[in-house]
Amino acid sequence: MNTLPDSADVVVIGAGIAGNSVAHHLAQAGWHNIVLLDKGPLPDPGGSTGHASNFIFPVDHSKEITAITVDSMHQYEKLGMLTTSGGIEVARTEERVEELKRRMASAKAWGIHSELISPERVAELVPFVDTSIVKLGFWTPSAAVVDPLQSGALMREQAQGLGALTVSANTEVSGIDTSGGRISKVRTDRGDIDTDTVVVACGVWSPRIARMAGARIPLVPVVHQLIDVGPIPELAETHSEIGYPIVRDMDPLMYERQSGADLEVGSYAHRAILHEPDDIPSYEAAQLSPTQLPFTQEDFDPQMEDALELFPGILNTPGAGIRHSINGLLSLTPDGGPVLGETPEVKGLWSAASVWIKEGPGVGKVLADWMTHGSTEVDMHGADIARFYPNQRTTTHVRARADEGFNKIYGIVHPNEQWESNRGQRLSPFHPREVELGARFFEVGGWERPHWYESNRALLEEYADRVDDRPHEWDARWWSPIINAEHLALRERVGVIDLTAFAQFDVSGPGALDYLQRMALAQVDKPVGKSVYTPILDHNGGFRSDLTIIRLDTDSFRIIAGGSDGPRDKKWFTDHLPADGSVVFTDVTSAVCTIGLWGPRARDVLSAVTEDDVSAEAFPFGTARYIDVDGVPTLALKISYVGDLGWELHAPFDQGLKLWDTLFEAGREHGIVPAGIGVYGTTGRLEKGYRLMGAELESEYNPVEAGLALPKVKSPDFVGKEPYLRARERGPDTTLCTLTVDECTDSNGTRRYPQAHSPILTTTGERIVDSRARSSYVTSAGSAPSLGEYLLMGYLPAPYAAEGTGLLVEYMGEQYPVTVVRAGRTPLFDPDDERMKA
Amino acid sequence: MKVLVCIKRVPAPGGKLSLTEDGTDIDTRHLGFTIGPHEECAVEEAVRLVAEHGGQVTVLSAGPPEVEEQLRYAMSMGANAGVLVEQSAQDPEATARALAEAIGTLESEDGPFDLVLLGNESADAGNYQVGVRVACSLGRPVVGGVKGVEVGAEGTDVFLRRESAEGIEVYQAPLPAITAVKEGLNLPRYPSIQGRLRAKKGPVRTLRPEVPQGGLRTVRLRQPPEKSKETVVLGYGADAADSVVDLLVEKGMV
Repeated sequence: MNTLPDSADVVVIGAGIAGNSVAHHLAQAGWHNIVLLDKGPLPDPGGSTGHASNFIFPVDHSKEITAITVDSMHQYEKLGMLTTSGGIEVARTEERVEELKRRMASAKAWGIHSELISPERVAELVPFVDTSIVKLGFWTPSAAVVDPLQSGALMREQAQGLGALTVSANTEVSGIDTSGGRISKVRTDRGDIDTDTVVVACGVWSPRIARMAGARIPLVPVVHQLIDVGPIPELAETHSEIGYPIVRDMDPLMYERQSGADLEVGSYAHRAILHEPDDIPSYEAAQLSPTQLPFTQEDFDPQMEDALELFPGILNTPGAGIRHSINGLLSLTPDGGPVLGETPEVKGLWSAASVWIKEGPGVGKVLADWMTHGSTEVDMHGADIARFYPNQRTTTHVRARADEGFNKIYGIVHPNEQWESNRGQRLSPFHPREVELGARFFEVGGWERPHWYESNRALLEEYADRVDDRPHEWDARWWSPIINAEHLALRERVGVIDLTAFAQFDVSGPGALDYLQRMALAQVDKPVGKSVYTPILDHNGGFRSDLTIIRLDTDSFRIIAGGSDGPRDKKWFTDHLPADGSVVFTDVTSAVCTIGLWGPRARDVLSAVTEDDVSAEAFPFGTARYIDVDGVPTLALKISYVGDLGWELHAPFDQGLKLWDTLFEAGREHGIVPAGIGVYGTTGRLEKGYRLMGAELESEYNPVEAGLALPKVKSPDFVGKEPYLRARERGPDTTLCTLTVDECTDSNGTRRYPQAHSPILTTTGERIVDSRARSSYVTSAGSAPSLGEYLLMGYLPAPYAAEGTGLLVEYMGEQYPVTVVRAGRTPLFDPDDERMKA
Repeated sequence: MKVLVCIKRVPAPGGKLSLTEDGTDIDTRHLGFTIGPHEECAVEEAVRLVAEHGGQVTVLSAGPPEVEEQLRYAMSMGANAGVLVEQSAQDPEATARALAEAIGTLESEDGPFDLVLLGNESADAGNYQVGVRVACSLGRPVVGGVKGVEVGAEGTDVFLRRESAEGIEVYQAPLPAITAVKEGLNLPRYPSIQGRLRAKKGPVRTLRPEVPQGGLRTVRLRQPPEKSKETVVLGYGADAADSVVDLLVEKGMV
């Protein structure tokens, strides 16, 4: 029996691909006293790693997932554990043909070599496929299979070779102690270990382990069914584990891969079968392993018929039988992404969960970087465990979304697709009025936000000559021309936008100014009543956030941040609070509601309902003050993300409805309209060239490149200052540009509207990559109704980042000419900001 | 020829069997269900016999409605039809009565089964008696522990082979006959996809014979104590030689 050390720098719980990789990379990064525990035996402790299908298709629509996957493939290859087989995704339907074209664009955007191939070529590569039902193939020659168990063993060996790792199998964690909100001890059936850092890499058991420390890891175990059929002589003849490319039969949501003499058939098409982490059997009590549950045949019968259609020959081989069939458990989160990083509830408790085999080694690297340096090379906003609000970490939510999300794993998911389950979690006080106005709600962080209002449909006639419809269903899905009409009505008259989903924090106390100076790039030491827009940088000098800070009083500030990144911002800010208690940080998100009142008549409306002076002289741009709006004490901030005259009006949540009604009553004679986030987040924003966190602003880019560097550098130190100074000195490696689409008619004569993530190419169709290997792609796309253009944003290196440069954008299999119309920050609409400052 | 195979739905255990809280049953919360290895061989043998001699394989199981899963599994291996004998009693006497009555019902409609195959003993209870009881009820010859089945050239007899300490025993029995077979009889096939899809649509009829409960009651199940390996140190270095020799002599190894 091995003995555990009394103390450790870090305890990694779970010896699947994620835990092994984290331990390995921590050792590489110089951590000395690492303990890796697992309840099960080694080398296969019984988690999902032990029964995974082990194939890797590198192309994903998500940039960070693709990056992590590619890094993982390199790592597997270095360990000698990667066998390149190639892989083909086949389309049986026209809808899937379109999706494969979209995947092709993602492949190009993220730099993976893939090709669209004919059914004949599919037959050449995999002769057993009945190509009469195949319309198109998406061929990725680098797709591969790996051995994650052996990879894990090698990773452990290397870490042990450095003298940095103690491995203890058959060791069950019985408790995790915390002290003052921080990890202090891990209790096991083989002794206790004092430590201040724990990594939960327990796959489907992660929620159970995290709960011991008082944290939630939002995932649920779900069943993925797979069977092995064999022996099949044609496969056996290859005398290898895999001699033919893997086939993903995308329409029935299935895959087929050779495994020696067998064909493995797996499915994501069956009903979602959810489990409870606490109900997973022990290693001893399980029939095969804890995560290989008894096969439920009736769920799989339709998939067998689908598999027979595509592989009629070899699956009907006489003597070939179903030799293995399982309900394998894997982890699913509310949005399908991994959950990585430090938990927001407990300091020193890290999560490396909901990780696929294809991501395991890369995730280990990312987490080790994060734990060692406080930041990562690849932007993690889509994978950070802190991205979920508390309402999104509840069991109810996690189960509802996993249930809905399971069939999306191989599904065609529109980038703006909305969830159907567990809606209506967070409602602004204006919600009843919005429902009456026919709002079409999109969700962010559980908030229901109007994206446009059907009540504005009449505006389509009013602006008929300036509002395009989108003839292609895909371009028009989760979109309405009403957005553009609302935009024009706001620009001509006045619009009201519900911005209650903002994350808002109050920061006060004698240390507040110094603290915020340290957090923000911009000068925060402004007169009381001034606001400042500022990038928030990470330690590498990349974007962590961008937000507005208002100085309410000498020692009192309000932070207003975007709704989608609110929980990450909160964690970032609270992590950096001074230990001396000189700063009080309060999350006021749920106490405050916000209306954006913008447009040339905004002042007419506001002055009608307040006795406070809201004239340009008395209330200049960039200032904030409390005003009385018909009895509602309102913090008014003269600022605009849509670039028009007006205010953000922040009111007590319980008085929100009164504020709304008051504004609409006064606004009637001025032609006031409700406007949705379609205007706020896209059309208005793009016309003004405003950057969006998670789109243009990511940790991989710095303010110099994003055009957000300030003329002067403030003297106080701030997070990311050193790299920021270096970036200023060096100049941009790439520059954020705005482009227009010159010609958007496709080969069928249909007008198309390229969406975000489309690759930006040279006029000869070559990828554009900067000196740091970052490719150029569309970060945001949308209409600019006031300009009569369709705009794109994207980073371009020299010499392309020059106004007037002609380039191409690839969208859905076709390339469209585009022109750089702005390199840098100056807005296309109202470049001198006269409207906002009026 | 007409062959009937009787199978039983049993839990498919993992490394450790858990009992229910009241200790009267196996805890099957995490377990799938299957048929025992003897019965898989019985099904395989029946399918092979019919492939060779022509005819039809019927598979029959007594138990709760869920036994349909095992009937369909046997059908996916090649059995042509299933009969679900709904029965709640678990004791071997009642089961044998139910099987005999069901067989009687089936035979009154379509004539006798030439051969009835059962597993030598069930994989869970292991009472070793259902086959004999069914044979007695039906007044047919029965041979247990069988690892070889061959139909005579005339098609009127069956030769049944079993292993014993003295060697191989071969029994000749006139058809119709009953046999309880053991694992090793053959190597059962895995069901094919086509077989599985066929089985999904195959006919399963349900019979509900009324039979009295038998005499055997389950009072309580008990986990046998785990055998722990005992290590005896015989000595160290050359001093241990005598003890080692003694032990080897005692074990009859030298």
